[in-house]
Amino acid sequence: MKTRNRIVSGVLLVVFIIIAVIALFPIYYLFMASLQKGETMFSGGMKLFFDPAIMSFKNYAAIVTYRDGLYLSWYKNSLITTVMYTCFGLFFTSLVGYGLGAYDFKLRNVIFVMVLIVMMIPLEVLMLPLYNLIVRLRIIDTYWGVVTPFMVAPVAIFFFRQYVSGISKDFLEAARIDGCTEFGIFFRIMVPIMKPAFGAMTILLSMQQWNSFLWPLIVLRTNRNFTINVGLSSLLNMYSSNYEILFSGAICAIVPILVIFVFNQQFFISGLTAGGIKG
Amino acid sequence: MQKSGIIRIKSIFYNKNIAPYIFCLPFVISFFLFFFYPICTSIYMSFMKVITLDNMEFVGLKNYSRLYNEHFLNAIKLSTIYTLSMVILMMVFPVTIAGLLNSKSLRFRNFFRSAIFVPTLTSVIVAGIAFRMIFADIESGFINSIIISLGGKAVPFKQYYWTGILIMVVLAFWRDLGINMVYCLSAMQTIPEELYESARIDGANDISIFRHITIPSIKPILIYILTLTIINGYRMFTEGYVYWNEATPGGNGLTIVRYIYQQAFQKNDMGLGSAIGVVLLFIILTINLIQLKSFGLFRKGDD
Repeated sequence: MKTRNRIVSGVLLVVFIIIAVIALFPIYYLFMASLQKGETMFSGGMKLFFDPAIMSFKNYAAIVTYRDGLYLSWYKNSLITTVMYTCFGLFFTSLVGYGLGAYDFKLRNVIFVMVLIVMMIPLEVLMLPLYNLIVRLRIIDTYWGVVTPFMVAPVAIFFFRQYVSGISKDFLEAARIDGCTEFGIFFRIMVPIMKPAFGAMTILLSMQQWNSFLWPLIVLRTNRNFTINVGLSSLLNMYSSNYEILFSGAICAIVPILVIFVFNQQFFISGLTAGGIKG
Repeated sequence: MQKSGIIRIKSIFYNKNIAPYIFCLPFVISFFLFFFYPICTSIYMSFMKVITLDNMEFVGLKNYSRLYNEHFLNAIKLSTIYTLSMVILMMVFPVTIAGLLNSKSLRFRNFFRSAIFVPTLTSVIVAGIAFRMIFADIESGFINSIIISLGGKAVPFKQYYWTGILIMVVLAFWRDLGINMVYCLSAMQTIPEELYESARIDGANDISIFRHITIPSIKPILIYILTLTIINGYRMFTEGYVYWNEATPGGNGLTIVRYIYQQAFQKNDMGLGSAIGVVLLFIILTINLIQLKSFGLFRKGDD
């Protein structure tokens, strides 16, 4: 029995090593490619192990110089839209989530059903009329155009509402008797209590925005205003050879996230899966 | 006069009946501006010939009858094949791998969980750049060089219909496996240990425990993954775009959403684009209603 268990756990270990290798391989491959010269990439064949003699970090230097720092401005645009989306998103959704979770009022269920409906309908269905709206609001090709329509993210409202519902609100009465306003209660008492929820939603919202593609692709028109994903996809052209910056640029887009992930794995995983947990 | 105004504003801050409406205001504004209004204009424009945004002409159901063409039917077919493949994969692998990962005889469980989760952190574009290389059409492409060393012939993955679907599915599967596995894993960890123990005393083996205890206990999360996979399947755009950013004659990568993008933004046919959007809306609503029904929401009235 004992040897059988040993064999089972040995086999299991091997199976998982294979799965882990497959899961990590594309990123490893991308990194290896980013160390190659564009021509050797294709003429020399794309083998599993590249020749260390021809590896260099030149492509990472090319990122800075590429068309007067075009890649850097994509990176900057991604950073700014991500920070904007996350900050405004956290502010608004925590307000709404708290409102729905802490008060008993007439239209509560109506508004909550509205949140659920928005949650069900993906952006792709609405992208065309939303584009027209963004044109009319004159925020096409701007950060606001990218960020505004989805800032009040229903997933985050849902999550904050669940979180607030789970907290006992008896002590809030004491604050009211002490003369605290409803908004004072939220900002001074509830926000510190909701810290873990804010943490989870920071991860979820910022990852959503950092990795988004279709909406920025539609809204952003000028090359300089692109976000990283839109910029990288504009390099995917059969007829030009942008391979150096394509691969190193792709690596630069994920490395910051990977580094943060390695140091906060549990936090990251629970943040990203928070949107899916049904109440 | 002014003073009473200030007092009135102040009393709003103290009013427990008004405060929740102010808290909810951002959502209500966003709902009407960025959800309700667009849906209405989408339905309205689907009956119009849109020359400019301020110059439209009523054409009745003409846009919908124009939808009955080879390209749109192919787009629906492509999205459906893709979705079905993803559903099969996502119903089998995440739960199986989570089940194995949950077993106590496996060492380094946290490491493996994290490693499988890493692909979720990438964007479709970044992941797609890597997979474009791995599945490169040329002989020196990674998969092709393996095929050749096994004695086969190089496959131009991006050019054939079925290999085109295959490389999109592989990309999406690689990215989505981790998060779905974590959903299953966290559901499994809520199953009480006593359930397993009593089954073991009854002489059940690991496989029958998995089938008769684990799977039924995490059924809600499986239904959730199922719905999410179907909806993500029909709204898929980027997985196709990253491989074929120019239109291809064979219609590779031309999914429903890609067809909206092509008609509305590249051919500037907003009326037809809206009609496709309305069809997609109905597909998504139907899937959601079926899901709500299988959760029993209509019977119990609340979640």
